[in-house]
Amino acid sequence: METPLTRHISFDRPPYNLSDYEKTGGYQALRKALTAMGPADITKTVQESDLKGRGGAGFNTGMKWSFVPMTGDHPIKYLICNADEMEPGTFKDRMLMEGNPHQLIEGMIISAFAIQANISYIFLRWAYKKAARLLRHAIDEAYAAGYLGKNILGTGYNLEMYLHTGVGRYICGEETALLNALEGKRATPRTKPPFPQISGLFGKPTIVNNVETFCNIPHIINNGPDWFKSLGGGSDAGTKIYGISGRVKRPGLWELPMGVTMRELIEVHAGGMANGYGFRGALPGGASTDFLVKEHLDVKLDFKSVAAAGSRLGTGTMIILDDHTCPVGFVHNLEHFFAQESCGWCTPCREGLPWTEKILLSIERGEGRLEDLQLLDMHTRFLGPGNTFCALAPGAMEPLQSALKYFREDFEKHINQKKCPWR
Amino acid sequence: MTTLETLTAEEITEIDHEIALVPFRKAAAIEALKIVQQHRGWVSDESLRAIAGHLEISPDELDSVATFYNLVFRQPVGRNVILLCDSISCYVMGYEKIYGYLRDRLHIGFGETTPDGRFTLLPNACLGTCDRAPALMINNELFRDLTEARLDEILDGYH
Repeated sequence: METPLTRHISFDRPPYNLSDYEKTGGYQALRKALTAMGPADITKTVQESDLKGRGGAGFNTGMKWSFVPMTGDHPIKYLICNADEMEPGTFKDRMLMEGNPHQLIEGMIISAFAIQANISYIFLRWAYKKAARLLRHAIDEAYAAGYLGKNILGTGYNLEMYLHTGVGRYICGEETALLNALEGKRATPRTKPPFPQISGLFGKPTIVNNVETFCNIPHIINNGPDWFKSLGGGSDAGTKIYGISGRVKRPGLWELPMGVTMRELIEVHAGGMANGYGFRGALPGGASTDFLVKEHLDVKLDFKSVAAAGSRLGTGTMIILDDHTCPVGFVHNLEHFFAQESCGWCTPCREGLPWTEKILLSIERGEGRLEDLQLLDMHTRFLGPGNTFCALAPGAMEPLQSALKYFREDFEKHINQKKCPWR
Repeated sequence: MTTLETLTAEEITEIDHEIALVPFRKAAAIEALKIVQQHRGWVSDESLRAIAGHLEISPDELDSVATFYNLVFRQPVGRNVILLCDSISCYVMGYEKIYGYLRDRLHIGFGETTPDGRFTLLPNACLGTCDRAPALMINNELFRDLTEARLDEILDGYH
């Protein structure tokens, strides 16, 4: 089984410095891309590889790049790495940045060349102190070696790269809110269209991709689209960094063929449930995805199969609900997070999420009424897709709507017994 | 209206470096807030007015940015800021016990500072180390796989 993204990652030793990385083939893809391929070739190759964005939405990466204007007068374009990763339960990009920072930088330079951007940013989550230190060092090394800056590899191509560390708001991970944050503003999302590919950072054409997405690029350039497709085991191409947190024997991260089943991930890689704990459900891809339950254990974790099962692959990092944890408390915690992190820009999200949270808190405390379940149902529709400015509130409704479906008896028990039966 | 505070020469140098990297001064707003907080521990009203003056924007506009972000402190904080992750994986793995222990030991709740100025305790939305939950961060140091037993030792390391 090939693991291109993590092949050179080992936490038993410091991450590769530039010369280690070069010895294992590092920056060869950059050389190939800049000297033997043109921007259009690179975009076409990435599009044909069927690399879908690993930040959660799963849109074809090459297709996204193809919307950037490549003719006409566009002296300034930007390429941005979204390394905000603030979704609870999601911690995969940390491994890639801490384990092999040059892989990300190489992927970003190739991608920037593909859209002919000359300025790039890494928008890094504030809490990732170690990643920040390692990335700063790796960026300096890349400049010193001539992979960044002026006239890269003698090709006449120029690229600057800056590391920006956030100051803590989940909404900064939303593509257009991230642009506002980089412009020094409140991170509220922007209206689309225009899409960032046309009018993004400072009004210029901009591409924003996730860390894991960029890390795949050098390997696709080196080995070709067919090789990349052959790595996937489900309906999607490539490998995926999957993760698990919660009451399992070995929580962690693993690079596996796209399309591994939930059962294999939990039982084989995470070693099964921790002693004394049983499986009740899981959010397959971070806090903003619908619960899957026992009947879904054989679902393949690729974008299409998870969607068919009623959820989203999201970031591929799973949070387990065990049989000792109160589902109402679990969902209340999630809605507390989303209510707190709503940017307040649109009314349904600003008002609806705190309302949802208050209802869940009262049910959890045994002060709920049966009518509250209808109110919650109503919120899942009113805050659902199409009713809010961005995807934060609809994402917040995914765990709630599925909890109401799969764990309704737990909500009813709280209301009928006038207490949390788990405490 | 309080007297206008001025930025130090060091702060101005650092902020001007950020301004030089962006197309207009205002775009350095978040970096400028971070720089002043780094030097002073927090961003007072007076500091905020001084930064706004340097960026040539209104204090209200800058305040709308400053108050938007969780980690720009608009009130004084203690010498050591404890950020306790209260997100879902830490919830499942027992963050409430950790919070209870910190509350009992420090006699403060979320948003409060010990009377001796040693610790401020704040909730934090996900520290991104969900596989090693529960977790907290003190200043720039991350502590994972927390147990109540380990907390005394951790806290004793900060004065």
